[in-house]
Amino acid sequence: MFDILIESLAYPFVRYALIVGVLIALCSSLLGVILVLKRFSYIGDGLSHVAFGAMAIAAVVGLADQMVLTLPITILCAILLLWSGQNAKIKGDAAIAMISVGALAFGYLLMNIFPTSSNVAGDVCSSLFGSMKILTLTKTEVVLCIVLSIVVVIAFVLLYNRFFAVTFDESFAKAVGTKTRLLNFVIATVIAVIIVLAMNLVGSLLVSALVIFPALSAMRIFKSFKSVTVFSAILSVFCAFTGIILSILFNTPVGSTIVITDIAAFVICSVIGKIRG
Amino acid sequence: MEQLICKNLKLGYENITLAEDLSFSVEAGDYLCIVGENGAGKSTLMRTLLRLQKPLGGTIEYHDDLTASSIGYLPQQTIVQKDFPASVYEVVLSGCQNSLGFHLFYSKAAKERARKNMERLGITDLAKRCYRELSGGQQQRVLLARALCATEKMLLLDEPVAGLDPLVTSEMYSLIEKLNDEGITVIMISHDIACSVKYAKHVLHIGNEFFFGTVEDYKKSPAGSKYLGEGGHHHHHV
Repeated sequence: MFDILIESLAYPFVRYALIVGVLIALCSSLLGVILVLKRFSYIGDGLSHVAFGAMAIAAVVGLADQMVLTLPITILCAILLLWSGQNAKIKGDAAIAMISVGALAFGYLLMNIFPTSSNVAGDVCSSLFGSMKILTLTKTEVVLCIVLSIVVVIAFVLLYNRFFAVTFDESFAKAVGTKTRLLNFVIATVIAVIIVLAMNLVGSLLVSALVIFPALSAMRIFKSFKSVTVFSAILSVFCAFTGIILSILFNTPVGSTIVITDIAAFVICSVIGKIRG
Repeated sequence: MEQLICKNLKLGYENITLAEDLSFSVEAGDYLCIVGENGAGKSTLMRTLLRLQKPLGGTIEYHDDLTASSIGYLPQQTIVQKDFPASVYEVVLSGCQNSLGFHLFYSKAAKERARKNMERLGITDLAKRCYRELSGGQQQRVLLARALCATEKMLLLDEPVAGLDPLVTSEMYSLIEKLNDEGITVIMISHDIACSVKYAKHVLHIGNEFFFGTVEDYKKSPAGSKYLGEGGHHHHHV
C-alpha cells in the first residue's frame, strides 16, 4: 500500500495536487465559518453552479486559461447575490435558486451544442464532480492557486476582527461606523475566488461541502470564534490531505473522497460535541 | 447642553411613511424613553438616529462631538446570534471596533476598555463562556458592555428587556439607571410604558398620538393618561 503511495508521490502532478488541495481546503474553511454563521451557506452552492456555467462558456470560446472568464463572472454574481440577500424586498434564496439552476442548465446546453471533445459526458461529469482520478494541473495553475490562496489567507488574518464584527452583528457594526458594505464586498469576492479554485479540486457540485463541513464540525465542539476558525482550518486541511491520499490508494475520485472524509469528521465532531454536552 | 436635535423628522421606507413631523431634542445626561404602538416607527426612528437609514425629511443635528461612531447601540437580538460560537470577551471587545481606525488589531487600550466594561456590568467571570449558552439577561449584559465599549456619551437601547423575566428586567432597568447616573445619555425604546416612565426623565410618544416632554407632563397628557391609566402602574396590553 505504501509502495503505491511513495511511487505516486514521485510524480510532480501528484505533489501539485496535494499542495493545491491543502491550500484550497485551508481557504475554503476560513471563509466557510463566516458563510455558515452569516446564513449564507446556500450562496456557496449557487456560486459553484454559476462557475460551472462560466466554465462552459470559457471552454466553448476556447480559452486556454478558463479562470480568466470564470473568476470575474463568479465574483460578479457573488456580489449581486450578497447584495440582494441584504435587501429584504427581493427574496434572496429564490434569486439564488434561479441563478444557480439557470447557470447549470445553460452550461450543460452549451457543452452539448458546442462539444470541445468527443467525450462530452465525461467532461460534464468531471466538471460537476471533479476529476475521476487525481487532478492534473499545469504549473501555471498551481502557481496561480498558491498565489490566490496566500492572498486569501492574508486578507482573512488582517481583516479577522472586522469579519467577526460584521458577522456577529451587522447592524451594530454599521452603527459604530464600520464599513460593512465594503467588508461584504470583500467577503463576496473572496468566496468567489475560493469557489473557482475549489471547483478544480472537487467539482462544482461538491464545492459547498468543502466550504461548510469543516465550519459545522468545528462549531459542534468549540465555543469561541477564534477556536472555531482555527480548528476548522486544521480539520479541513487534514481532511483534504487524507482524502487525496485515500483517493490515490484506493483509486477513487478525489473530490468525493475528500467530501466523504469531511462528512466522517463531521460525524466524529458531532459525537464529541454531544458527549461534552 | 443639547446633544441631539431632531426637527420635523419624517420616517419610513421608500413609499411608506411611518411617522411625520417629529421634533424633539435630547440633552446630555438625559434619559429618554420612546414609546408607541407596534409599527409606529420606534425602531425606524432609532435606526435613523444611528444613521443606518436616511430620514425621508427633516433634519438631525448632533452636538458634543457626537459622531456615529461614538454612539453605543444595543440592538434587538438577531437569529444569527442564537447559535453563534463566540466567547463573551470576543463579543464585548468587538464594541471597540470604532477605535480600530486603520489599525488591523485591537490595541491594549481597547482590550483594557473591554475588561473594564465587563467588570462594570458584572460579567467578568463569564469572559470565556460561550455567548449562546448564556441566559437572556446575561446576553443583554454582554451586549450592553459591548455598547459601552463604543461610547461614553450616549446609549441607544432597542427594547433592552424584551423576553426577560420580571426579576432580570428590574435588574436591567437599575443597571441602565446606574449608567445614566454616571452621565451617559440614554435613549430607550420600550413596550413597557409603565416601567419606562418610572426611570425615564423624558418621554417621546409616537404613533397615533404625539407627545414629547417630561415624564410629569406625560402622565397628565391625553396620550400618557390613556396608556398609563391611573397612577401609572397599570400595564397596558398591546
